[in-house]
Amino acid sequence: MNTLIFRTFAPFITGLMVVFSIFILLRGHNEPGGGFIGGLIAASAFAIYGIANGVPPVRRAIYFHPHSIAGFGLLLAALAGIPSMVAGVPYLTALWTYPVIGNVEVALSTPLFFDIGVYLVVVGAITGIALSLEERHRG
Amino acid sequence: MNDTQIYLLLPFAAAVIAPILVRFLGEKAAWILALFPAAIFVHLFGLVEQISNGEVVTGGFVWVPSLNANFTYFLDGLSLTFALLISGIGTLIILYAGGYLGGHKHFGRFLSFIFLFMGAMIGLVAADNLITLFIFWELTSITSFLLIGFDHNREASRRAAIQALVVTGGGGLALLAGVIVLQSISGVSELSLLLGQGDVVRDHPYYLLAFFLIIGAAFTKSAQFPFHFWLPNAMEAPTPVSAFLHSATMVKAGVYLLMRMNPVLGDTVIWETVLPVFGTATLVIGTLLAVRQTDLKLMLAYTTVASLGLLVMLTGFGGEKAIEAAVYYLIAHALFKGALFMIAGIIDHEAGTRDVRKLGGLRKAMPITFAAACLAALSMAGLPPFFGFLAKEEIYAAIAHPTFWGVSITLLTIFGNALMLVIGATVALKPFLGEPVKTPKNAHEGPILLWAGPVVLSIVGLVSALFAGFSNHDFVSPMASAIAGTSVEAHASVIPHFSLALLLSVITIGLGVAVYLKIDQARFAMAWLLAKIGWGPDKGFDQFISGLVRFATWITHRLQNGRMEAYMTTVFIFFGVVLWGSMIYFDELPNVPSFPVLSFYEWGIFTIAAVGLFSVIYANDRLTAIVSLGIQGFAVALIFMLFGAPDLSFTQFMVETLSVVILALVMTRLTLNKTDARKLSEQLFDACVALLAGSALMVLLLSVIQQPFDTALSDFFTSYSKVVAHGGNIVNVIIVDFRGLDTLGEISVVMIAGLSILALIRVKGQKMRKVLKQ
Repeated sequence: MNTLIFRTFAPFITGLMVVFSIFILLRGHNEPGGGFIGGLIAASAFAIYGIANGVPPVRRAIYFHPHSIAGFGLLLAALAGIPSMVAGVPYLTALWTYPVIGNVEVALSTPLFFDIGVYLVVVGAITGIALSLEERHRG
Repeated sequence: MNDTQIYLLLPFAAAVIAPILVRFLGEKAAWILALFPAAIFVHLFGLVEQISNGEVVTGGFVWVPSLNANFTYFLDGLSLTFALLISGIGTLIILYAGGYLGGHKHFGRFLSFIFLFMGAMIGLVAADNLITLFIFWELTSITSFLLIGFDHNREASRRAAIQALVVTGGGGLALLAGVIVLQSISGVSELSLLLGQGDVVRDHPYYLLAFFLIIGAAFTKSAQFPFHFWLPNAMEAPTPVSAFLHSATMVKAGVYLLMRMNPVLGDTVIWETVLPVFGTATLVIGTLLAVRQTDLKLMLAYTTVASLGLLVMLTGFGGEKAIEAAVYYLIAHALFKGALFMIAGIIDHEAGTRDVRKLGGLRKAMPITFAAACLAALSMAGLPPFFGFLAKEEIYAAIAHPTFWGVSITLLTIFGNALMLVIGATVALKPFLGEPVKTPKNAHEGPILLWAGPVVLSIVGLVSALFAGFSNHDFVSPMASAIAGTSVEAHASVIPHFSLALLLSVITIGLGVAVYLKIDQARFAMAWLLAKIGWGPDKGFDQFISGLVRFATWITHRLQNGRMEAYMTTVFIFFGVVLWGSMIYFDELPNVPSFPVLSFYEWGIFTIAAVGLFSVIYANDRLTAIVSLGIQGFAVALIFMLFGAPDLSFTQFMVETLSVVILALVMTRLTLNKTDARKLSEQLFDACVALLAGSALMVLLLSVIQQPFDTALSDFFTSYSKVVAHGGNIVNVIIVDFRGLDTLGEISVVMIAGLSILALIRVKGQKMRKVLKQ
């Protein structure tokens, strides 16, 4: 799989897939998509990059250790439930707010952060597994 | 939260600050830390007047009301006397520990453990709620495990600690079951209420169950035969621990439980048979084994076993007189046994050995210790004017009945008491009398921290008997009343008056002196006898544990053979059999469905799926097979798409892609044959398993879709998704909002699975490298 074409195209495909995964993540509340699927797409993007160009570039590119990303995601998802408790409703009850940023009304909610948490956990855990398998593949 | 509650929990606070204080002050910290139990003692002493007038002190707070588990306490005569003994002796033990272990590098940790134990013990005797009682009971087991295994570099300590934990922890489980049974029989969860339910419990068909569970707990904790073996082994602990655990606390917890349960479970034929029989057997066996020992601490340990037997016998003998005698003996025993253990420790500390054959003539070198030892031993021997005398008199007065039962128990008790006198004399007098013997260390009197404890306890043993009126009114009567469940008035005095009891005391002393003069021969005879028997519960414990380990190994090898194929085969066969079996058994097999009319592109997708499956089966090498499996997966994803489940289809695509990638990566790492190397018979067997599991799932799905579809949930989500959760994508709204907590659990699982897989890959890698190096 170490062909020149694959190696040249892999970074572009990866970049596109990561952007696409974020798009899927954000639109998930109203259209097909969401954190889980988005996370899987991003994880496969990194897996492809790793197969094409080796694991070290991937590790450099994502900067954090995959499990730190997953851990942060889990923390974020767990914390996303806290504001509800402060507001006096049960843990993880959705709270919505619509601030206007530059004439655009933006829908912000605690489920959004929860979903980002899910996305990060899936990306981190799956990428971690794939990369360590690929490392052993070469090493 | 009131005063008493704070005092009851004070030891836990002391446990936290003990290591810090020790770091700054060294052994002098003992003086400050001893103030904690002393404060508890003083506070509880202030309650004596109130409680001896028949009142009870109660309080606490709600903890887990849904489980009837509340932190409630109540102090009556029984609890209070126990708590006073624990905190009073505890104060002296802290001081003693300062002198004994002061320089030890883990002295702070040691004190911390002692305080934890003390807190657990006080909580145990003060607990009102049954679950609280159980929790503190287990806490004493755990903290005594830490204390016995304190010197954890020695294997003997570790073994003794584990043994104590297994035996007393097993008893703890019996207690848990016991209190649950009692709760369900009586419908109350507080001891104070349970005490009034005695008749209900005794008449209930589950009485026997409750009885056996409770005595199972009490007998293991209080080292009754045949569970006595852990107690002498626990002598591996540093002496302050032995002095504390085996005089007034740990081992008395079982006796406490029996006394506490006496108004509830007592006064039945089985209670008054089982307790005296096991108690007397423990008394006799304990004293006989004590005679055989030469180590001061071990001798005391076996007499502790014997004393516990005596207490259990008295508790179950029946009648207020016996209970009164038990109370006298319990107090006397706590005082003299605590003192004697500490004295044995001082001798060990100052002379360098505990072997009674290597000790002698220490009275000149250690006059204070000698004086304390004499007082304690006289109390143990039951001579006037010591508290032990009161106890012995009351015991004989209580049990000497002119029936076969009374006479045989009395004779055995005389025998046991005489031997206890022998041991008391051997421990307290032998090292001090006679010609000075060369000891490993040049013996001299220990510091005040060491001898303060035994001196105080011995003097209390004397004073409490001299002022018997006060002790009777303030301690013995309230405690005996609490145990009997009716008002009992104790009135023993130190002035000997002629009676049958006094005569029996004289016989006991005469027999004891006679044996003491022949102690070496007696020891020799016992050693010979034990060697002849050659097996005991201690050895039995080891055999039980090693048998358990062997059984566990055998069953693990059976179930976990480490072969992936075997696991998969088992899982799939089980899966198939369960699905087919239950559907056939409940006659829920689906009707044969009519074949649907398919459009051409649907046919196309099915063809792709079928082609994928065939290429999996007929692929030449594994990699092709894996990729072909992916083809089939994609086909399924397309079907999802066609039937209007874009999210499902999307996820299916991604999961298929990633599984192919990850499976391929794993396969390239495994050193497998490229092609399938199974024999035809194996292939056929695997094919059958695959068909069984696959057809089972297919039939299940068919019968599921033939059920009428309940739309309640989908209707709910459809109508509320937009309104409540502001989301058009119902699937995602369910994931992140309606069932958010489930998702939180799921992503935690994903996270943990990721970590474990990483760990597995790394461990395997290191092992491989090791193998390659060799």
